Amino acid sequence: MNMPALETRGLQKSFGALTVANAINFRLERGARHALIGPNGAGKTTFVELVTGALRPNAGQIRLDGADVTSLPQAVRVKRGLVRTFQITALFRRLSILENVTLAVWERQGIAGDLFHPAGHHRAAIEEAHALLERLGLEDEALRPVSMLAYGRQRLIEIAVSLALSPKVLLLDEPAAGVPSGESGRIIEAIERLPQDIALLIIEHDMDLVFRVAQRITVLVQGSVLVEGSPEAIAADLEVRRVYLGERAPA
Amino acid sequence: MATEGLVRASGIRPGEFAVGAFARRHRYHPLEALPWLAALAAAIVFPNYLPLGSQILATILFALSADLVLGYAGIVTLGHAAFFGTGAYTAGILAANGWGEPLTGLLAGAVAAGLVGFLSGLVVLRTTGLTLLMQTLVVATLLHEAANKASSITGGDDGLQGMEVWPIFGVFRFDLFGRTAYAYCLVVLFVCWWLARRLVHSPFGRSLTGIRENARRMHAIGTPVAHRRLVIYTISAALAGISGALIAQTTQFVGLTSLSLDRSGTVLIVLIIGGVGQLYGAFIGVPLYMVAQDRFSEIDPVYWYFWIGLLMVVVVVFARGGVLGLFDRFRR
Amino acid sequence: MTDAFSAAVSILFHGTALAMVLYLISVGLSVTMGLMGFVNLAHGVFAMLGGYVVTSLIGRLGVPFVIALGAATVATALASVVVERLLYRRLYSADDLDQVLLTMGLIFMSVAAATYFWGPLAQPMHPPPWLSGPINLGFRSFPGYRSFLILCGAGLVTALWLGLERTHFGVRIRAAVDNLRMAQSVGVNTSRLFTLTFALGSGLAGLGGALGADLLAIEPTYALENLVYFLIVVAVGGLGSIRGPFVAALVIGIADTGFKYLLPELGAFFIYALTMVILLWRPRGLFGRAA
Repeated sequence: MNMPALETRGLQKSFGALTVANAINFRLERGARHALIGPNGAGKTTFVELVTGALRPNAGQIRLDGADVTSLPQAVRVKRGLVRTFQITALFRRLSILENVTLAVWERQGIAGDLFHPAGHHRAAIEEAHALLERLGLEDEALRPVSMLAYGRQRLIEIAVSLALSPKVLLLDEPAAGVPSGESGRIIEAIERLPQDIALLIIEHDMDLVFRVAQRITVLVQGSVLVEGSPEAIAADLEVRRVYLGERAPA
Repeated sequence: MATEGLVRASGIRPGEFAVGAFARRHRYHPLEALPWLAALAAAIVFPNYLPLGSQILATILFALSADLVLGYAGIVTLGHAAFFGTGAYTAGILAANGWGEPLTGLLAGAVAAGLVGFLSGLVVLRTTGLTLLMQTLVVATLLHEAANKASSITGGDDGLQGMEVWPIFGVFRFDLFGRTAYAYCLVVLFVCWWLARRLVHSPFGRSLTGIRENARRMHAIGTPVAHRRLVIYTISAALAGISGALIAQTTQFVGLTSLSLDRSGTVLIVLIIGGVGQLYGAFIGVPLYMVAQDRFSEIDPVYWYFWIGLLMVVVVVFARGGVLGLFDRFRR
Repeated sequence: MTDAFSAAVSILFHGTALAMVLYLISVGLSVTMGLMGFVNLAHGVFAMLGGYVVTSLIGRLGVPFVIALGAATVATALASVVVERLLYRRLYSADDLDQVLLTMGLIFMSVAAATYFWGPLAQPMHPPPWLSGPINLGFRSFPGYRSFLILCGAGLVTALWLGLERTHFGVRIRAAVDNLRMAQSVGVNTSRLFTLTFALGSGLAGLGGALGADLLAIEPTYALENLVYFLIVVAVGGLGSIRGPFVAALVIGIADTGFKYLLPELGAFFIYALTMVILLWRPRGLFGRAA
C-alpha cells in the first residue's frame, strides 16, 4: 500500500459550539490531482489552515509523507514540502513580482538568513526566480510591483511563489477566485502544467476547473466529509447535487 | 514599459535586464556621499559647534538603529532608550571605575545592550500591537527604575559622575573643542552605517521587509519569523548601545534621561520627520530636530513641547512619509 | 492587632483604593482598544483633564465636591468627542506607528498646555470635610476619603457592568467588540457607537483622574508619568475586556502598594517585573481573547 503524500486522521477543530472540522479523515496520494469542494462555510479553508499549521487542531493527526507533523510550526512544514496558496492574494504588494518569488527561493535555499552579502551576490537564486516567472508567462512584468498587476496575474504569482518552494504537496486555495473568466484560462493552464510528482489539492468553486483538473473529488459539508470519489461518481451523486450543485449537471 | 523596448533593441535579453537590475540595487549612488561630505563641511564651517555636532552624529546612530526595528521589521517600540541607556551606563560605569579605554568601552556597551535586547526580545516579541508596545515601555521603565535605585553604582538622580575617558589608541586625547570627539563619532557612525546598509540590502534585510509587509505570507514560505525578528532586535539594540556609549564617552556624563520615555519618543519623532524605513531618515530627521531644539528650547521649553507635539500630529495626518516621502512624491 | 496583620490590612486597603482609580481610568482605554483597535496613548490626558477641572473648580471657585466631579466628567467626555471627531476617526485604519505618533504628539501638546494654564506644580487636592474624617470600624480606623474612593469605585464598577449587560447600548458595544463586521451587518451604527463609547470611556477616565487626584498627582506630565501604569492594567487585563482590567488593577494596585511598603529600595521595579512574568504566562492578558 503506497504511503499517501498527505493524510489526516480524525482532524477536529471547534470554536466554542461551532465545529468547523469534524473528525476529518483524508488521504492525498502521491502525484494526486485531488479537489476539495463544498458550499460556502463548509470549512474548506479552515482545513487548509489546519493542515498547514496556521491553525491548531483540537484533536487528530496530520501526516506528511508518513511523518507526524501535527505539532510542527507552519514554517517547518513548508521546509518539508507542504505548501499552500491563499484564497485572497497574500503577496508583498509593494515589492516587484521578481522579488516576491526570489524571497521564496531564498528561503528554500536557506540563503534568506544571510545578513552580510547583498542580494545580488546570490544571482543564481534570482535567475531561478526569473525562470519561474518565464514558465508562467509573467517575465514581462518582472520588475513591476504586485499592486500594479491585473488580479488574474497576481493569482498566477501566488502559484509562482509556491512553486519556488519546491513543494511535494501543494494546496491551492481557490486559485481562480475573483479572476475574470477571460483570465482564468491561463490559471487552468498553469495548473495543468504542474509537475506530475507534486501531490495537488485544489479548493475550488469553479466547477469547470475542478472537472478538468481533478481525478478525485472530496465533498466537505459543515466540517464533515460527505462523500469522496471520482468526478463522474460525484457528478452523479444525488446527495451532492442536492447540497451543492443544485439540479444543474456539470458543464 | 519604455525601457523594455530599449532593452530589446539593444540585444540584451529582457530576463537578464530584470535580474541584473535587481542584483545591482545595492550599488552605491553618488548622492549617498552627501551626508559624509556635509558632516566634514559642518566641522569646518562651524568649529564652535563640534560638541553639538558629536551629539547629532551619535543620535543619528541611535535613530538608525531604531529605524532597523521600526521601519524595516515593523516592530513599533516605545522603549528603545533601554538599549541606549544600557550602552551609556555600561561605558560610563567602566570609565568611572578605572577602565577608560574608549573602544573597549564602546564594545562593552554594544554587548551589554545586545544582551538586554536579546533577553527582552525573547519575551516581548511573542506578542504584537499594543501588548508589544507596552512591554517595550515596561522594559525601559524597569531599567530606568533600576538605575534610579542603584544610585551607588549609577549615581541615581544626579547622574554618573567621575568618568575618565582615556585617549583613543593612547594618542588622540578628547580635547576641549570637541575635535577628537567629533572625529570619533563620525568614524563610528560611518562603520555602523556601512554595516546597517549591508544588512538592509542582504537577503535577510529583504526578508524583514517581507515580514513587515505580510507576516502571514512569510510563514507560508517557510520563514522562521520569530527568529528573524529576534536577530534584528538584538542587532538594533547593540547599535543603540553603541550610540549611548558614544554620548557617555564624549560628554563624560550619563543621566537617567538616557533611559527615559522622552528619549524613546524623540527617536520616533525624528524618524517620522525624516522618513521611516528608508535608511536615511535618521540622517535628515536628527539634524533638523536637534538644531531646532538647540535654537528654540532655550527660548521657551514649554512652547517647544507644544510645537513638536503639533508637528507630530500634522505630519501623521498630512505628511506621513516625512521628508524622504515628500521627495518621493515630487519624483513621481 | 499584630503588626503584620495591620500592615497587610493597610496594604490591601490602600492598594484597593489605588486599584479603583486605575480601573476607572483604564477601562475606557481597554474598551476603545478592543472596539476600535486604536492605540490611544493619550488616554491619560483625559484623566489629567478631569483632575485639573475638579481641582480648579474646588480650589479656585469653591464649587461643591460632587458637582465638581460631575462637571469634570462631563467636560472630559465633551472634549473627547471633539478630539475623536476631528482627529482620531481619520486614523482608525492607520498603522500602529501612526496612531502611536499621533497620540504621543497629543501628549506633548497636553504637557505644554497644562503648564501654560496651570503652571508646572502639582495641583493640591482637598477632599471636602464631610469625607475627610476617619471611619472607625472598631478594630481600626480607615481614612475617610480613601474609603469613599473604594465605595465609589465599587459602585461605579457595578453600575458599569450592569449597564453593559442590561442596556441596549451595552449589548451593542459588546457585540461590536466581539465581531465588528457582524455588528455592522446587523445594522449597528458603528461610527456613532465609537464616538459614544469613546466619550463614555474618556468621561470615566476624567472621573477617575478627578477622584484619584491625591493618589496620582495632577501635574503637566501626568499623561507621560502614568502611561506605563495604564498600559500595564490594560494589557495584563486583556484588550477589549471589561472585567480583565479590574482584576489587573487590583493585582497591580495591591502589589505596587505592597512592594513600595515592604521593599522601598526597589520601588516600582517589582511591578514591572511582575508584569513581564504575567505576560510571559498569558501573552494576551488574563482575560484576553484566545487566538
